[in-house]
Amino acid sequence: MTEMLNVVWLQSGGCGGCTISLLNSDSRDLFGSLEAAGLCFLWHPALSEESGAEALEVLERCASGAERLDILCVEGSLLRGPRGTGRFHMLAGTGLPMTAWVKRLAAQARHIVAIGSCASFGGITAAGANPAEACGLQYEGELPGGLLGPRYRSQSGMPVINVAGCPTHPGWVTDSLMAIAMGSFDGGDLDEFNRPRLYTSHLVHHGCNRNEYYEFKASAEKPSDLGCLMENMGCMGTQAHADCNIRLWNGSGSCVRGGFACVRCTEPEFEEPGHPFARTPKVAGIPLALPTDMPKAWFIALSALSKSATPKRVRDNAVADHQVVVPQTKKPGPR
Amino acid sequence: MTRLVVGPFNRVEGDLEVTLDIADGLVRAAYVNSPMYRGFEEILVGKDPFDALVFAPRICGICSVSQSTAAARALAQAMNIEMPENGERAANLVLAAENLADHLTHFYLFFMPDFARDAYAGRPWHPSVKTRFAAVKGSATTDALPARAGFLTIMGYLAGKWPHTLAIQPGGSSRSVEEAERIRVCALLIEFRGFLERRLFGDRLEAVTALNSEPALRSWMKQRPPAASDFRLFLEIADDLALGRLGRAADRFLSYGAYPLQGKPLFGRGVWDDGMAPFDPANVTEDPTFAWMDGPGKPLHPSEGVTRPHAEKADAYSWCKAPRLAGKTMETGALARQMVDGHPLIRDLVATSGGNVRNRVIARLLEIARVVPAMEQWARALKPGEPFCRQGPFPDEACGVGLAESARGSLGHWLTVSRGRIQNYQIVSPTTWNFSPRDAAGMEGPLEQALAGTPVGDGEAVPLAVQHVVRSFDPCMVCTVH
Repeated sequence: MTEMLNVVWLQSGGCGGCTISLLNSDSRDLFGSLEAAGLCFLWHPALSEESGAEALEVLERCASGAERLDILCVEGSLLRGPRGTGRFHMLAGTGLPMTAWVKRLAAQARHIVAIGSCASFGGITAAGANPAEACGLQYEGELPGGLLGPRYRSQSGMPVINVAGCPTHPGWVTDSLMAIAMGSFDGGDLDEFNRPRLYTSHLVHHGCNRNEYYEFKASAEKPSDLGCLMENMGCMGTQAHADCNIRLWNGSGSCVRGGFACVRCTEPEFEEPGHPFARTPKVAGIPLALPTDMPKAWFIALSALSKSATPKRVRDNAVADHQVVVPQTKKPGPR
Repeated sequence: MTRLVVGPFNRVEGDLEVTLDIADGLVRAAYVNSPMYRGFEEILVGKDPFDALVFAPRICGICSVSQSTAAARALAQAMNIEMPENGERAANLVLAAENLADHLTHFYLFFMPDFARDAYAGRPWHPSVKTRFAAVKGSATTDALPARAGFLTIMGYLAGKWPHTLAIQPGGSSRSVEEAERIRVCALLIEFRGFLERRLFGDRLEAVTALNSEPALRSWMKQRPPAASDFRLFLEIADDLALGRLGRAADRFLSYGAYPLQGKPLFGRGVWDDGMAPFDPANVTEDPTFAWMDGPGKPLHPSEGVTRPHAEKADAYSWCKAPRLAGKTMETGALARQMVDGHPLIRDLVATSGGNVRNRVIARLLEIARVVPAMEQWARALKPGEPFCRQGPFPDEACGVGLAESARGSLGHWLTVSRGRIQNYQIVSPTTWNFSPRDAAGMEGPLEQALAGTPVGDGEAVPLAVQHVVRSFDPCMVCTVH
């Protein structure tokens, strides 16, 4: 029998969508499986029975060290405003900023996991002029720092584990927690932004069902078109680290399968792309942002070549909302 | 008089704090504090109008499609375009999937677990409720979560993913549907109906929607034992604990109307205030008096609304502004929607006992039974090959209002665009209405009204009746302030 790990989950400057997404897990018994994997949820704000004083008692026991805190999950960005006071989120019933609670609990936690891009990097709440002074646990956008500072390490010696995504796929969360529970998770399992490689070693482009359109640069021009979303529609799937088109969402979906751009929501500062999300910025007709590790000259050359080789079927379907030409069956030739 | 500060409230979406003044075992006054401010209305200023489709859903993880819908409708009004029929049906299916999933989440994960608490040991129904509804561990969780997740695979087909889809566009849906997918969606609805009829209702959905009065509901309830369905079990608890006498607000109800198709909504739009009246969007205001907000200090229509946080403001006690309709508070949600639409069961229940904890829950479950058959029709009527989305240019100068009904009630977005950029964006969410603080006249918000008179037992640090009242509104605190 493995030792149970105590998990506490807090929510702050986010939308709660990562928890709601977790409940979309395709597990037949989500909570049963997590428990069987050795994860004991001491408190989760959306799920546990304890409310008010009962809940605060659990948090106080963990913060004071009276109860072992193995994994602290934080969902939502940390709101430091106004002017560094943290008053934009006072944890109900305590008169204290949530940022203060997170710092106390982080000092005790064996592992700390940022759930979602908000808790990882600041995320959507940090957009625009960042009125709430939102940041991540250990990053502020692309810069190390955030609430806990670049040198913070949890009791395990690990930095904050950033399960980024807006929202997180249920599998990214359950796999990361289970990897920790199995004791096999260490710094080598994290990428350069401390995200678990178990889902960031792929690009959203991998497994994209619009791949044939991509190959021929047969591009969508408007919402609901079937073509590739990169050239005109703002899609950044070739640069976004996540396995969205391999795992799939809600059974069989993903952003690009839903007909809209990947906005690279697992990356720091995705909330400020510097252009309207659904429009690809271009110079002389060439998208500014090209696929990761592809030389620009080659991309342009291949694009020109593939555009000239595009079959009529692919070209016509790309700008339609259904296949106007279906793949032909080859007529049997003379034997 | 003693004062009790209660929070954090578990099993509500987001953080909530309620201050109670208590005397002689009853709540005398309540002050509802939405303790978190993020600033979406500030963030959106200066953005490209279509970027609202990325930001708005991220206001809320549990009502993200409702936020998308309101944003898309505000843009559509500014662009003066309408959705094709396929787009309307697809958008209705996506919004309905969210709303019903939320009703299910509320009932099974947020609301019912309170009755499994040890404080109710000794009640005749407690042993079966504890087995079925104990938080996280009850058998209902293992039943309802996979049913919910399975139902939400509709989102995989029609919205790409949920939460935070961009599929809902001003001109329709970015996701066209093939014939095989139309059939898969119909199959998913068959499966979901099966779960509802087996576990939640223990009867055909049509038998539930046909209930037309409180006596009819009572005789339906007695046809089978309480343990035969989760709805009957709830009704037994509601009777035993007199939940029909708990948590009454002012019985004024607002609904913007839901699920439009060719100009006609499935559920009608209007206001109930001792009788039906039309809804006039011009009469909506937000009063900042008791919110930590600066501004001109008087109620403003959202189209000219101001959001300027001021954390040190004296006498303020919430980040939430106080929405009013022609100066009055409004309760919104499934009960309001069914009341305004005129469902006979809800009209009868409210005529007898008003808006209360029991009736709010009944209205939510009734709505599940009413919407699934409509979803079945929309899915069957999708026409692969015909358009799902219309296009149009966006004017440089424009205004738009987007009104939608989320699970929790009436949601409005007010958009002003100048020189092609968002100049002002104001959001009034359902829980902004329901969990409003007082206004300049001192009028309490609906939850504050509903909590007055709620019993508090000796030594109860987190009074159970207070929790039932709070959760009966299915609050979404992240939407409330945004």
